[in-house]
Amino acid sequence: MSATNAATRYDALIIGAGHAGAQAAISLRQVGFAGTIGLIGDEPVAPYERPALSKEYLAGDKSFDQLLIRPDEFWTENSVELVSGERAVGVDPSAKTVTFESGAIVGYGSLVWATGGVPRRIPVPGGDLEGVLAIRSKADCDRLIEALPSIRNVVVIGGGFIGLESAAVLRARGATVTVVEALDRVLARVTAEPVSRFFENEHRAHGVELLLGVGIDSIEGDDASVTGVRLSDGRVLPADRVIVGIGIVPAIEPLIAAGAEVTPHATGVLIDELCRTSLADVYCVGDCSVLRNGPGMRIESRQNAHELATTAAKAITGITDPLVLVPWFWSHQYDLRLQTIGLNVGYDQTVLRGTPEERSFSLIYLKEGEVIALDCINATKDYVQGRRLVERRARVEPNVLADTDTALKDIAAAH
Amino acid sequence: MKFTVTTREGEARDVEARDGLSLMQNIRNSGIEELHAICGGSLSCATCHVYVERVPAGVALPEKSRDERDLLEASDFLEDNSRLSCQLTCRPELDGLRVTIAPED
Repeated sequence: MSATNAATRYDALIIGAGHAGAQAAISLRQVGFAGTIGLIGDEPVAPYERPALSKEYLAGDKSFDQLLIRPDEFWTENSVELVSGERAVGVDPSAKTVTFESGAIVGYGSLVWATGGVPRRIPVPGGDLEGVLAIRSKADCDRLIEALPSIRNVVVIGGGFIGLESAAVLRARGATVTVVEALDRVLARVTAEPVSRFFENEHRAHGVELLLGVGIDSIEGDDASVTGVRLSDGRVLPADRVIVGIGIVPAIEPLIAAGAEVTPHATGVLIDELCRTSLADVYCVGDCSVLRNGPGMRIESRQNAHELATTAAKAITGITDPLVLVPWFWSHQYDLRLQTIGLNVGYDQTVLRGTPEERSFSLIYLKEGEVIALDCINATKDYVQGRRLVERRARVEPNVLADTDTALKDIAAAH
Repeated sequence: MKFTVTTREGEARDVEARDGLSLMQNIRNSGIEELHAICGGSLSCATCHVYVERVPAGVALPEKSRDERDLLEASDFLEDNSRLSCQLTCRPELDGLRVTIAPED
């Protein structure tokens, strides 16, 4: 692919070489797609496991090599043309071409849009200072790792998964860590209060300072770099580095401009059960997509990326295999393993199974009496066995769910 | 090291492994895509389930962790020699290992 070669065209062109894009290419070959495949991403490296960035990679437990989704030779051996460092800026759905920042124009038979999102920047003065970092890409992480030996104070803005996972790793690596969360509890967007409070206690026990219900006024710095974070209550926290983990903005402008139907607030590109957008021969998968007739939100997970990519690859190859998604997620912090099955959207009741004090428990979410999700902390058995309850939206009495003497698989079998 | 993996279709393949990577990664990297490994080796799914058919003499595989046991127990195809291939690291002593990919749950 080059700017001068206007004749470049792929039967399947995949934009975005993260997990969803890579998996789309892998799945296309697996289901027997015989056409040409282009996999074009804007990062300078081959596709890799993004979830590990804020965990094993930042901790130094895994090398980048171990994060590669496939070894470099895989792509050539499978006739996937992998192009790195090219950012798509426009889509012409009638000419069936994609335009890149470099000026290159590439044609497609089918287009798979898998660009994910870019980290949301904090809209305060100083938000773009040197030393204010996101953790979304290898490059982000490398900048932080490089600085680690010489930094002491880290302020993490945002008490979501990225923020808390980073805080745990940085604490273990000896940094002084403060997490600032605007809401009154951590993980507020994804979990209920007992789980939030449990994680808050754990972080505090590990020496992380948590400031809840506090906003950010500005980020302060000198010519070289960030020096501190000014809070809405006037306090200034010293900071050698600031990590901003306040979500992503989906990278979908070119598709919006091309006329693809998106959600009301442009939080994602609307797709059907075969991952088709409203544009002919244009599919959208991974973090930047929102399923029509689904929960109405982006599902930012490795599993979602994997399953949507596989569905789209099949659809492109003429195999109709509609999505049936029971989402699951995981997070590692310290020696804690949080595993979630299902989405708790709209829950009206929670049941605690086990005791947080023992550092092994589950929180079960019900909606109108039916099990819709479980958060399992160091409780893999519940996570595994609770899946069936979620799949069936089982109607189980709370006191039965809370009884740790009865395995969830036995409860599932009886319902 | 070299190992042999038998696919669900019964085809046995010899794979030259990269030491230090997991057995799951080495199987996948060899072009066998039926091992989904959806969580990428994070002990959060059981889609890299294999049966260990032969371990080189004098070598013991690491014990299963509680999490690995719990995940495997959810499989309808659990056997005594079931393992999650993401939990086994390829190393020279394991040369000659033979595994079979378990059926899909």
